[in-house]
Amino acid sequence: MMVQAIAFYVFAGVTIASAAMVIGSRNPVHSVLFLILAFFNSAGLFVLMGAEFLAMTLVIVYVGAVAVLFLFVVMMLDINFVKLRQGFLQYLPIGGLIGLVLIVELLMVVSGWVVSPAGLKTAAINSQAIDGVSNTLALGRLIYTEYVYLFQASGLILLIAMLGAIVLTLRQREGVKRQRITDQLDRKPEDSVEIIDVKTGSGV
Amino acid sequence: MTDLLKEYVPIVIFLAIATGMAAAMLLASYIVARQKPDSEKLSAYECGFEAFDDARSQFDVRFYLVAILFIIFDLEVAFLFPWAVALGDIGVFGFWSMILFLGILTVGFIYEWRKGALEWE
Repeated sequence: MMVQAIAFYVFAGVTIASAAMVIGSRNPVHSVLFLILAFFNSAGLFVLMGAEFLAMTLVIVYVGAVAVLFLFVVMMLDINFVKLRQGFLQYLPIGGLIGLVLIVELLMVVSGWVVSPAGLKTAAINSQAIDGVSNTLALGRLIYTEYVYLFQASGLILLIAMLGAIVLTLRQREGVKRQRITDQLDRKPEDSVEIIDVKTGSGV
Repeated sequence: MTDLLKEYVPIVIFLAIATGMAAAMLLASYIVARQKPDSEKLSAYECGFEAFDDARSQFDVRFYLVAILFIIFDLEVAFLFPWAVALGDIGVFGFWSMILFLGILTVGFIYEWRKGALEWE
């Protein structure tokens, strides 16, 4: 139990600290790297809760793919920091006003926060305890049969994402010479070589 | 709960060994190798990137396309894990529902192949 508590506080502390660094660091590339650290530690928290499938998905999908995409987006945007800071004083009043409104809203939400007793009861039910069934197995039993329509819908959404990405970003560059192996193999000597009988001294 | 965490002890050991080896390699190259820096030696080789330059530079949108396609197939793989674990319980219907899912994504795969999205000019 002691190890678990220590692990929880380490994971939670690093998650919060790196989340703060995501919005705090000046270099957007560093922000993305801190985001990856936050993802890793959240995966650790999921493992502590016994949700190992979520932890694995977080590492595979978010750390492996989404973070790379963020990195690409950040690198592709040509951000000029000098230009970004130029309008700071000009936009300070309206930005401050919006920030103030948000703080007041957040305070109202947090002060009105009541934990429902039914929710506490639900949280107390340990999802792990069902006769040793891991939650990957539990999910697998449900997704492909009970929720088959939603599952197929997610497949269609992925297909649309794939098509959309290709349609939006694929550009065929003009004048690029490609190797077409079938064309090369189709060539016959008769098409490409011509034998000319040249008379002596006359030239072609 | 503690039994569950005990299963992760090998991962912690792996992490410790990996960190130790990485640190040892870095330190060893500092200690063992001769350090004779030279401006030409430290500069990027031929067309390589500058080592200590701003990482943000505009580059081909094609990298982004490759990353998106990678994410999509990554998600597909994430769906395969619970399916493989529960295949014994979900029967023939579960099997064919996954085959249909894979078939839908194969349509997209064929499209991207024929479009030449996987080729690099």
